[in-house]
Amino acid sequence: MIPELGHFALALALALALAQSVLPVMGAQWRDARLMGAAAPLALGSALAVIIAFGALIAAFVQNDTTVLNVVQNSHSAKPLLYKISGVWGNHEGSMLLWLLVLALCGAAVASFGRNLPSSLQARVLAVLGMIMTGFALFILMTSNPFTRVWPPAPDGQGLNPLLQDIGLALHPPLLYGGYVGTAVTFAFAVAALIEGRVDAAWGAWVRPWALSAWAFLTAGITLGSWWAYYELGWGGYWFWDPVENASLLPWLATTALLHSAIVVEKRGALKIWTVLLALLAFALSLLGTFMVRSGVLNSVHSFAADPARGVFILGMLAVYVGGAFALFAWRAPSMVPQGSFAPISREGALVLNNLLLCCIAAVVLVGTLYPMFLDLIAGRLISVGPPFFNSATLPLALPLVAAMALGPLMPWKRAVLWPVVQRLWWAALAMAAVFAVTWTILRVPFWPALGFGVGVWLIAGAKADIIERIQLFRVPLRTALARARGLPLSAWGAAIAHAGLGVSALGIAGMGLATETLVALAPGQSTHFAGYEWRLEGVRDAQGPNWTSRRAEVTVLRDGRAVVTMRPQRRYFPIGRTTTTEAAISTNFLRDLYAVLGEEREGQAVLRLHNNTLAPWIWLGGLIMALGAVVSLADRRVRVAAPQRRAKVAQAGMGQA
Amino acid sequence: MTPKRRRLTILLLAALGLGTATALTLTAFQDNLVFFRSPADIAAEPPPPGRNFRLGGLVEQGSVARGTTAEGRPNITFNVTDGAHTVRVQYSGVVPDLFREGQGVVTLGQIGPDGVFHAREVLARHDENYMPPEVADALRRSGHWNPASGDPPPAAGWNRLQPAQASERSSGG
Repeated sequence: MIPELGHFALALALALALAQSVLPVMGAQWRDARLMGAAAPLALGSALAVIIAFGALIAAFVQNDTTVLNVVQNSHSAKPLLYKISGVWGNHEGSMLLWLLVLALCGAAVASFGRNLPSSLQARVLAVLGMIMTGFALFILMTSNPFTRVWPPAPDGQGLNPLLQDIGLALHPPLLYGGYVGTAVTFAFAVAALIEGRVDAAWGAWVRPWALSAWAFLTAGITLGSWWAYYELGWGGYWFWDPVENASLLPWLATTALLHSAIVVEKRGALKIWTVLLALLAFALSLLGTFMVRSGVLNSVHSFAADPARGVFILGMLAVYVGGAFALFAWRAPSMVPQGSFAPISREGALVLNNLLLCCIAAVVLVGTLYPMFLDLIAGRLISVGPPFFNSATLPLALPLVAAMALGPLMPWKRAVLWPVVQRLWWAALAMAAVFAVTWTILRVPFWPALGFGVGVWLIAGAKADIIERIQLFRVPLRTALARARGLPLSAWGAAIAHAGLGVSALGIAGMGLATETLVALAPGQSTHFAGYEWRLEGVRDAQGPNWTSRRAEVTVLRDGRAVVTMRPQRRYFPIGRTTTTEAAISTNFLRDLYAVLGEEREGQAVLRLHNNTLAPWIWLGGLIMALGAVVSLADRRVRVAAPQRRAKVAQAGMGQA
Repeated sequence: MTPKRRRLTILLLAALGLGTATALTLTAFQDNLVFFRSPADIAAEPPPPGRNFRLGGLVEQGSVARGTTAEGRPNITFNVTDGAHTVRVQYSGVVPDLFREGQGVVTLGQIGPDGVFHAREVLARHDENYMPPEVADALRRSGHWNPASGDPPPAAGWNRLQPAQASERSSGG
């Protein structure tokens, strides 16, 4: 009964979304307030329907209802409750329903918090969101229905891929989808603006919070995914330039660019056409990512099932939405008048440079990701493009980007002179040069990690310099400076925090460049010396979990004969699905991770892989700081969704004066 | 500066950026594309030394030997076969959980002057029934499986089969 209810709610959501995508557009065209007014209730209604459908699927998983095919294929009664729930989106059908749910919730948010949007713009935005919802609801109902029943019911489910039974993976997809769907909202705003034929500062003010929150979700999702890969896959790495990872990195790069160009639209009224194009691109890359991950063109832990019909459907959606939007863009963009001129060296110029470099990096990553697929398709040759390609092709582009990251915020709008800005950053540059020189020549760190340390210091110092300049610290009395710090808009704090967060990540990545590892075979009682510690294998025992059995090694790490920590790496065996996973043991003091992996056992000895990962936790710490920066920025009264109208008037008045 | 010259500056900057990106991509492609080679490919055309590539096939039954390198690191040697040819592989690291004799495997590394493939990475999949597409392709090209006859037979049965037996087996299965 509950699955049927869910199925019905999903069909209802489709019907409501269809109405939502048609009526408001007609209303906006004919200036019919009643039809436009239908948009918000329809958005709320379709969101409610999707919530009911999603709740029904969760209920089916929690009850382990084996008459539902999706439950049979992806769940098992012996699984802990948390993973029964997270298993709802640990499979293709459920994850698409989650996509739809997040999209519907965003639509509901636009409907309820966007009351001060011009009614025609709000109606059109909701209509575009309705069209996207229609596509995804159709996709789910036609190719990936999670409520399909089986008869006779199976005695029990087949279990969830053990790699996915993890807290990191319980949170990773909802965060990432929050980001993907956020780009859908900025896309809807861009399309609505194209239909209206008007992009103004107010539009930039509405788009920015959505771009910001999409960016925050993407950042957190990517960070979590990277951390999960680090501790769960047991390879000791944090980023593999896997196509699936790139699929989430591409929208992140585009959203980062969008976020910055929307500032120019909001503050200066320039770069409008470009910003609209970026919003379209960001969503196109999100859809492309969904296509690559969900269609089974890529084989990874993310592709749950390869089904050509699904790939073709998503490709069709990609063609319709993105193709349609670009056609609209080609038709309407020329009618928008460029405004707000600026000199190449200015805050705007720095943001243009940021956009340019981010887009170049995105293009390189895109080519590297798609090229093997095309070559396989066209020439039938099997190749792969690995980390060396991405590192050598993106690093030279990233370096000018980080250089500009510290300089840009210190530049005045419209026209700037480079030299005074550089002068105000002399101590940051000095710190960078000192760190680089010391690590490279005295500590004998290899070139790239040493440069990475310098870059990290530069970014953090640059972010500090930005705040110091704004509050005039050291130039006015301390009390005045503190008062200025309190009065500083939160968005300025947010930007500085996010930039510093990237610096922290850069330090972590540079530190990982110094990571060392060793491979040893030890018998119980034997020990080895590595990374300044003595590692003693105490023994390997059997252990038992709720739905797994494992071999667990006990390794005591000693320094000068005193035990520092005991590490317990495991190899888990999941009888349901007959798979094995590696559980690395990690001991961190936030300056380095000791990381141990248990390999095979042979002739009374156990093979152990030991890593000493310098500064590893900083990579994810930096990611979280970046996301925090976005949250701080969002808390700014002037950026919040509810406030922009008054601000828009001010901006327009300001532009009149200029 | 006139607006026209400003726009020109930005356009030039954009062209410069895109040009750099293209140049970087092409150079990086030249040095870092990793080709997939089956044991038969290697027999037909020995790959250049010092160049990374991916080698895939099945782990030959009875070929896995565990030992220790000169530096005292535990290592493992095994043969990778596509039914027609085999290549000896040496790997010093933790082999994946589903590394078994008779199972599909993909390795990344370089071939040494002694003809032994020194692997830096060994990938096996997380699923027992999964056949890496490259491996399936290599087996098909070596004449051991005709896609027209249906799904590939269980990987464990592939090892050292003659082509005739293989097709018999696949049509029977």
